[in-house]
Amino acid sequence: MASSMISNTTIPPPTSDRSHRIKRKKKAQSKAQQAQEQQQRLQSHAKWRSQAQQQIYSSKLHQALSRVNLSGGPRRGKAVREAADRVLATAAKGRTRWSRAILTNRLRLKFRKQKRNHNQQKAVGPARSKKARFGVLRLKGKTLPAVQRKVKVLGRLVPGCRKEPLPVILEEAIDYIPALEMQVRAMAALADLLFGSSSSTVAGSSDGSGLPPPI
Amino acid sequence: MSSRRSRQQSSSSRISDDQIIELVSKLRQLVPEIRHRRSDKVSASKVLQETCNYIRSLHREVDDLSERLSQLLVTIDADSPEANIIRSLINQ
Repeated sequence: MASSMISNTTIPPPTSDRSHRIKRKKKAQSKAQQAQEQQQRLQSHAKWRSQAQQQIYSSKLHQALSRVNLSGGPRRGKAVREAADRVLATAAKGRTRWSRAILTNRLRLKFRKQKRNHNQQKAVGPARSKKARFGVLRLKGKTLPAVQRKVKVLGRLVPGCRKEPLPVILEEAIDYIPALEMQVRAMAALADLLFGSSSSTVAGSSDGSGLPPPI
Repeated sequence: MSSRRSRQQSSSSRISDDQIIELVSKLRQLVPEIRHRRSDKVSASKVLQETCNYIRSLHREVDDLSERLSQLLVTIDADSPEANIIRSLINQ
């Protein structure tokens, strides 16, 4: 038992033969999986609208929020938002690009933050050159036809779709929108619940209706 | 690099022209602003525009709710009886 655990943690040296086989295997799998994924996709659109899914999301969100560090002052809202997005992406079970992007983005941001803390002085240089490059891109953008420009904007709004072709952006947006709607419903319901209880602790039972007051 | 990308784009859009029309009409049904309009009155460009607007407004809502939740969570003691009630309500 102990020895198997150790062998699991050590990374085997990648032999070219092995990685080749894995690649081929992946290709064969992907064809078979595509049809299945399409089926899951169709189910997932309906899934985001179900009451059960919202219930699961609410409870997972509440659990996650209890772990959020709320001492951050103005960054508190951001921390809550990140937690809410992470839980949403987890609920998507990694079947969609946008959910995988949310989960990997977080890792990347973490890494970048650490790096920036490490050498803050050096970070100034590359940041400036990046800005200049962005300006060039913007000029180019003006020459794009209106539709293509809108596709680009949409690709930036859906996580993980910045560089994807149009059909992928559309498919991801079709799944992402109901997921976002569910997130809004669940967060609003949770806020109402919390608001109800916090106002009752402050002012006792307010009107006895038990309903959260209108915002 | 750029030539390869443009070729890729054109080939993928050629293959799935019908698919894209189908996807755009699916998208249209998801956006409240254009959901109930007749499909021939809404161009693809309009669908894309309204979709962007809608996602932005949803993002704003999530942002506002995050802010609100963070404020509410600070005011509520996690060990209070109220917090317990909420926990049981949510986890039922």
